[in-house]
Amino acid sequence: MNRGVIHVDESPIPLERWRRYLPTWLKRFLPIRGGRAEDHHGKGMFGFTVFLLSESIVFLSFIFTYVALRLTHSQNWLSPGISGPELSTFVIISTVVLLSSSFVIQRAENALQRNQINKFRWLWLMTICMGTYFLIGQGIEWSNLDFGLSTGLVGSTFYVLTGFHGLHVLAGVIFQIIMLVRSFIPDNYNKGHFGASATTLFWHFVDIVWVFLFSLLYLW
Amino acid sequence: MESITRDQDSPTSQNEPENKWRRYFSFSTDHKVIGVQYMVMSFLFFLVGGLLAMLIRAELITPASNVVDRPLYNGLFTLHGTIMIFLWIIPFNAGISNYLVPLMLGARDMAFPLLNAISFWMIPPGGILLLSSFLLPNGTAQSGWWSYPPISLQIPPGQPINGEFIWIVSLVIIGISSIIGAVNFVTTIFWMRAPGMTFFRMPVFVWSVLSAQLLQLVNLPSLTGALILLLFDLSLGTQFFKPLENGDPIIYQHLFWFYSHPAVYIMALPAFGIFAEVLPAFSRNPLFGYRSLAVASLGIVVVSIFVWVHHMFTSATPSWMRMLFMVTSMLVAVPTGVKAFGWTATIWKSKLHLETPMLFAMGGAAMFLLGGVTGVMLAAVPFDIHVHNTYFIVGHFHYIVFNTITMAIFAAIYFWFPKITGRMYAEGWGKLHFWLTFIGANLTFFPMLPLGLQGMVRRISSYDPRYQGWNVVASLGGFLLGVSILPFIANIVGSLLYGTRAVNNPWHATGLEWTTTSPPPQDNFEQIPVVKRPPYDYGDPKYSVIEPPDYHQQEN
Repeated sequence: MNRGVIHVDESPIPLERWRRYLPTWLKRFLPIRGGRAEDHHGKGMFGFTVFLLSESIVFLSFIFTYVALRLTHSQNWLSPGISGPELSTFVIISTVVLLSSSFVIQRAENALQRNQINKFRWLWLMTICMGTYFLIGQGIEWSNLDFGLSTGLVGSTFYVLTGFHGLHVLAGVIFQIIMLVRSFIPDNYNKGHFGASATTLFWHFVDIVWVFLFSLLYLW
Repeated sequence: MESITRDQDSPTSQNEPENKWRRYFSFSTDHKVIGVQYMVMSFLFFLVGGLLAMLIRAELITPASNVVDRPLYNGLFTLHGTIMIFLWIIPFNAGISNYLVPLMLGARDMAFPLLNAISFWMIPPGGILLLSSFLLPNGTAQSGWWSYPPISLQIPPGQPINGEFIWIVSLVIIGISSIIGAVNFVTTIFWMRAPGMTFFRMPVFVWSVLSAQLLQLVNLPSLTGALILLLFDLSLGTQFFKPLENGDPIIYQHLFWFYSHPAVYIMALPAFGIFAEVLPAFSRNPLFGYRSLAVASLGIVVVSIFVWVHHMFTSATPSWMRMLFMVTSMLVAVPTGVKAFGWTATIWKSKLHLETPMLFAMGGAAMFLLGGVTGVMLAAVPFDIHVHNTYFIVGHFHYIVFNTITMAIFAAIYFWFPKITGRMYAEGWGKLHFWLTFIGANLTFFPMLPLGLQGMVRRISSYDPRYQGWNVVASLGGFLLGVSILPFIANIVGSLLYGTRAVNNPWHATGLEWTTTSPPPQDNFEQIPVVKRPPYDYGDPKYSVIEPPDYHQQEN
């Protein structure tokens, strides 16, 4: 006897009433009535956003550690004879380049949505260059600092925070390179579309994190 | 030529019946295979963790330290806790959720099957890495499963690869696997539901999984972050948690408990979900207060994010923080109380069918009462300061993690065994397993409560002789608990080989997973079901079964 038959009666769908008041983008993002399994792009972007949420908690735990340590050790934060990370023109340029690359990558993704594949490739290449510039800049900055990883709390926190962020930038650049290569392989075009959207989202995430890290490390 | 061979190969390689067991040893992306892999693997780790517990109880049967030396004893309780939490309960929950969630939602698979397989295959290397630290000259990590600095940073010099290092690395691996799994679960529950399966038509088990995985997403990364910083402190010379070099070990405690207290709910929520599936099925009643039970899961999520400081009441926590977190910790009792009342009201005045899953579910739910009440006691600052670091704590959390959660896990194994394997288990062996477990568990963990009130400190291998009486009881109970696993293994293995064939829905339960064959076909459902009814309509006279169903009837 198959109990599957119990699911055939009609009854009003709960939640139907307040579903009406949700904005369209939220309805797209949070399918409420089920039956959206075939929307691979939407599903993928949802999953990736959820992943970024948990990724941001790792950053938050580092930032929490930094803030807590700095608040309790504001007097002896810097060991004698050591200056903290300085807000040089170099750092500012790097930051401006990284933040503006968010606009570039968004335009690239929009171009991809409109099937303007050449425009996408050029803008995408530009983002790769900007990200690489930031990474090289960070490397140069690291090599010029007069403190190391184990030089007091300032060294521990600075290198771990910027290093962890730098790893994310590196990952973003690698994703971008993969997507650029993929855009030349016709069979991968559909997969590449999701990858490009996810990379764009990731890149925005990396940039937003940098805004917080920059303010904490250089402006505090 | 190539395409011809591929056409000939593909049907046999997918559906060859005699090769079926091999699927469970392959890198399969089928959620059912991965679910079984998770469950079997975590059960093996459960046996290892149980053996370590046997050694601990053997050591504690006499007041003197005479069975193992002290470093090994430290390693034993460290790895016992680590294995039971990170390699038994959490992976097992991931496994049973993996198996059931797509079936319950009417989906063909998880949202990201490949990612699902990856997150499973990260765990065995992590677990084996953890166990391999027994082979190191200085043994395993010895600072407890919480691994507080500065104790965890006190390692012999000149040993870059030590037990603590391995402990941290394996936990980071297992943690990343859990985060990937959580992303997958949350996406599956939001996106893979069959048409018409609205949120308030999902079984409470799915709500529980959703809540537990949301907690994994929000809280687990803080543990990962803390462990990364601890690893840097340990091996790269940073100073985050080193008190002698301006670091602050309390920060580690904050980050650690921000995950590790909610981890209790990550483990317990699926157990609550299992109760909500098993109790209605065997009392033939609709689940009482379905919506409140579903929402209570989310309530537990919200409240439990704000409770972690109650582990640090004795860590120089300022008074305002103690007050605040005392209140929030006690607040958890509200949604959990809603759940307990829901279960009670479900079985109220009904004719109970005391099959093995029901016994385990009722036993677990009843024991949760004691675990929960002692938890509320511990949330009170004055009481917590009194019993801090005593066996009262040990008794409390074992009432939760063993007497509630592990019992629920066994209930789940027996309840869904026919669905997963297509065979019935032997009822007599199951009942024997239940009674041995129930008696053994209470004999083991109840004595810890009076021991703690009398002041016996935990994590010690020798103690004042006046504590011996209760310790002997606990140890004998622990050995009984060890023995109790034998009828279970015999039952599972015997039933797999010789059990009667199970019908699609042996319990006449109402979930979607029972509408497909046992075991389910490759794609779960012949046709994706369209859901138009809420779950748990046992009360509908058209479908309720008054007489005990014939569990062993053949499929016609």
